[in-house]
Amino acid sequence: MIDNLEALGRALPRMLEGLWMTLQLTAGGALLAFAVAIGLGLLVRFDSILVRGAARIIIELFRGTSLLVQLFFIFFVLPLPPMNIQLDPIWAGIIALGLNYGAYGAEVVRGSINAVPSGQWEATTALSMSRAQRMRRVIFPQAWALMIPSLNNLLIQLLKGTAVVYLITIFDLTAALDKLRMDTDVFFAYSLGLLMYFAVAYALTLMMNALEARAKHNLGQRKPLKEAITSAPVPDAKGAGQFG
Amino acid sequence: MNDQESLWNWDHAWAVLPDLLWSFLTVTLVVTVIGSAIAAVLGLIIAVVRQVAPRPVAGIVTLVMNLIRMTPLVVQLLFVYYAFTSVEPLTLGILVVGIHYATYMAEVYRAGIDAVPRGQWEATTALSMSPGRTWTAVIIPQALRSTIPALGNYVISMFKDTPFLMVITVTELVRTAQLYGGRNYRYLEAILLAGLIYLVASYLSSLLVARLEKRLAFTS
Repeated sequence: MIDNLEALGRALPRMLEGLWMTLQLTAGGALLAFAVAIGLGLLVRFDSILVRGAARIIIELFRGTSLLVQLFFIFFVLPLPPMNIQLDPIWAGIIALGLNYGAYGAEVVRGSINAVPSGQWEATTALSMSRAQRMRRVIFPQAWALMIPSLNNLLIQLLKGTAVVYLITIFDLTAALDKLRMDTDVFFAYSLGLLMYFAVAYALTLMMNALEARAKHNLGQRKPLKEAITSAPVPDAKGAGQFG
Repeated sequence: MNDQESLWNWDHAWAVLPDLLWSFLTVTLVVTVIGSAIAAVLGLIIAVVRQVAPRPVAGIVTLVMNLIRMTPLVVQLLFVYYAFTSVEPLTLGILVVGIHYATYMAEVYRAGIDAVPRGQWEATTALSMSPGRTWTAVIIPQALRSTIPALGNYVISMFKDTPFLMVITVTELVRTAQLYGGRNYRYLEAILLAGLIYLVASYLSSLLVARLEKRLAFTS
């Protein structure tokens, strides 16, 4: 145990470097995924069959293939002729994560918008709001509160998904653990690693719970922030149905 | 061979396709099928234990469950791979994937168990059934029905997670594509075909799940 701790002490800077990379990938991937989810989630509700169809195809392409296929496509296929698109590994990772989880998120966005009670839609018509106004001021704020729990599940999935990027030469937490295990007990290194991922996932869940409490508060569905945070956060794995 | 110019080369596509299909059948599908079976059984056990076991035991099971489900599958695979070096990687991979997904499926079962009407529990008391019989003859059969579509979706998502097994040297579909790409410095066909196989397989199975969902919803 003492040996393990000494080795950990020596490896600490590298561990933190790996953790920082994992956090960056999670944040970058989540931001891109969020933009993709909102974009595709709105497009897939368009009246025009062309727009709707294109959005649907993109969503199903990214949901129907494995994250690793997408990552390898961006990292191995794009740099070769005739495409010659050479991306920095970190960007390749962020783009793959963002597109993959964004496609899942689009279904969450679509489902939540559809779940806003029809009376609200009718009210916007009665008030003769424009389409944009309707979405921005009435529908989306309500859909937003509905979608946060599922988005949280996806966020945790994304964090877990970042662990594969070490395959494309990125030095993330998983890569740091691989180094650590050589100097320490395997059990020590990986137990520590799992706990670190768990801590990050837990922190993200608390954050999302606070966000949900705020969204509900803004809608007048009051729930004290403190209560929202302390009610144990246990995300429901891939709660967002796969092909819903 | 001057193939660097063209976007798509059929020679490469035909050369890699048999290997891809072979690894799909012998590794990807095998992992998915056995892994799903483990996950479905273990998940049910976890769900029932959490309901019937004394508080401290149920608490520990829940804690371990959350630890597994909120941490990356890849790290769990590497952990087990380096910890049990004497076991074959494929076997380890199947076990880890099965256990990982059991923790997801346990939640599905829990929801199914919660959805069994109270009257059913009361009826078993009225008939003075033993706890064992209550579970096996009344509660579980009813709980299972509503869970099947959700379980099916997890099977599809497990199928899409099987490429992670490449981190413990298992040569499944995507790894086969990557290896071919590396050998020939020509990734396009191999990776795209791997993606296509995934797309077709997961699309077909999602249709199947949707049909099951419809059928079960109608008669219940």
